[in-house]
Amino acid sequence: MANIMIRKSDKGYVFYMPKRDIEDSIVSMEFDSPEKWGGEIKLGNGGIYYIEPQVAPERLPYSVRAKRIDGVE
Amino acid sequence: MGLLNREEAEALIQEVLEVYPEKAKKDRAKHLMVNDKTITQSKKCITSNRKSVPGVMTQRGCAYAGARGVVWGPFKDIIAISHGPIGCGQYSRGGRRNYFAGISGVDSFCDVMFSSDFQEKDVVFGGDKKLAKLIDEVEGLFPLSKALSVQSECPIGLIGDDIEAVSKKKAAEIGKTVVPVRCEGFRGVSQSLGHHISNDAIRDWILPARDGKLDEGTPYDVAILGDYNIGGDAWASRILLEEMGLNVVAQWSGDGTIVEIENTPKVKLNLLHCYRSMNYIARHMEEKYNIPWMEYNFFGPSKIAESLREIASHFDDTIKEGAERVIAKYQPMMDAIIAKYKPRLEGKKVMLYVGGLRPRHTIGAYEDLGMEVVGAGYEFAHNDDYDRTIKEMKDATLIYDDATGYELEEFVRQVKPDLVGSGIKEKYAFHKMGVPFRQMHSWDYSGPYHGYDGFAVFARDMDMTVNNPCWSMFKAPWQQEEVEAEQKVA
Repeated sequence: MANIMIRKSDKGYVFYMPKRDIEDSIVSMEFDSPEKWGGEIKLGNGGIYYIEPQVAPERLPYSVRAKRIDGVE
Repeated sequence: MGLLNREEAEALIQEVLEVYPEKAKKDRAKHLMVNDKTITQSKKCITSNRKSVPGVMTQRGCAYAGARGVVWGPFKDIIAISHGPIGCGQYSRGGRRNYFAGISGVDSFCDVMFSSDFQEKDVVFGGDKKLAKLIDEVEGLFPLSKALSVQSECPIGLIGDDIEAVSKKKAAEIGKTVVPVRCEGFRGVSQSLGHHISNDAIRDWILPARDGKLDEGTPYDVAILGDYNIGGDAWASRILLEEMGLNVVAQWSGDGTIVEIENTPKVKLNLLHCYRSMNYIARHMEEKYNIPWMEYNFFGPSKIAESLREIASHFDDTIKEGAERVIAKYQPMMDAIIAKYKPRLEGKKVMLYVGGLRPRHTIGAYEDLGMEVVGAGYEFAHNDDYDRTIKEMKDATLIYDDATGYELEEFVRQVKPDLVGSGIKEKYAFHKMGVPFRQMHSWDYSGPYHGYDGFAVFARDMDMTVNNPCWSMFKAPWQQEEVEAEQKVA
């Protein structure tokens, strides 16, 4: 589990992990609606993380705990 | 002396790697690459922010250097206490020439060194009492300081002193902010973690101080982040922003003050110059205070114009007009400088090995002078820095991460650049090799290099170095003949 920060850029969501200074684009997010947001997220570098599905944050950037499922660090 | 093509450059890297033992070779190979502009993600071809190979001459610093020397040192009214043995404090004092306006030792403390001078007994019995006493003494001797920061050196972390508790207690006693910074030198692989730790300390101990108590500010408030005022850089940048109609609330951290930090959450845009050392706090402010941030580049007229326009695009038309006005005002000056120096510098090749932002940010300034950057590398960059660098560099140029002394010398010997820009540790090695050299960490005791005024100094300095007649007198008379004979054979 690690803290990550999700931002919005003009190309979509951006993933940032302060601890390891990893910044990458989010290719896909399992749930992306106002009521249910999160789930499995896939990164541009092939990494997969999991955010507990929750109500979408009111504004981004937003810090949240995420679990690493697969991929490079 | 032509430029290397891709195969030659790759062969050169292989040749340099030959000297290492098997394991080190495998490790170092990941840190060297030939630039390929088609790559969008640097991590596929270069590894960075990893521990240096033991036994090589790395040029890196430590977390303490990143915190005390880079981020906290330049704040002028914050006394940075080097908590630990005396050496670290002494060697991190004033070396970067972070200019400030104020009276040294009265209301400004950038070039004064404060250290708790740890001795054996402090390691045995703990140094917290000594720190408390030191803070009292500092308060008595320098009452006009506005805040203190405690920069811990290695032993503090090893013996487990509680500097946070002392800081909290003393802050309440003296009524000033006291920031404990856990920047022990052994943390992380380079000074980069020191920047991160400092950013986090500012986030936790200073920024929230005025939450809810700040006034609205003007719609044109901005803050300069990551400009350390080396030789007056931040001033040369600030006047441009003010001239285009913006209100610069804070300078982080060159010539900055604690009040400026506390006022930063009211700005409308954070301007980030050194991405590597201050992006953390910019990201935090984006999340907590909803302040957007952008990177800009104030080296060389083309990049300055580009950056001014990009900054202005975040504001209304008055600022956009202001930006155009500023660019139009300075362009004739810049044209004159380029007309003067470009003929003398055109086609010269540069190799850079610096830290922070310079290997990519100065490329534009060199190109304005008709020079070409053929190799660039960082001491402590992360992958996101290389992502940005690959775009700026030409194809088939060398990129090296955490280069060793041997690698640098070998690259310079083979690529034969006309100018090397690096730090003080490399300066004399290259002087002895007869290669013109600029110390690009603190502008070789010159500066400023940022902004339009800075470009004038930059162009002059590069000309002064590259075209210095001393380089032709480098060989002793009895060696001269040998050289000529060699040249004939070749």
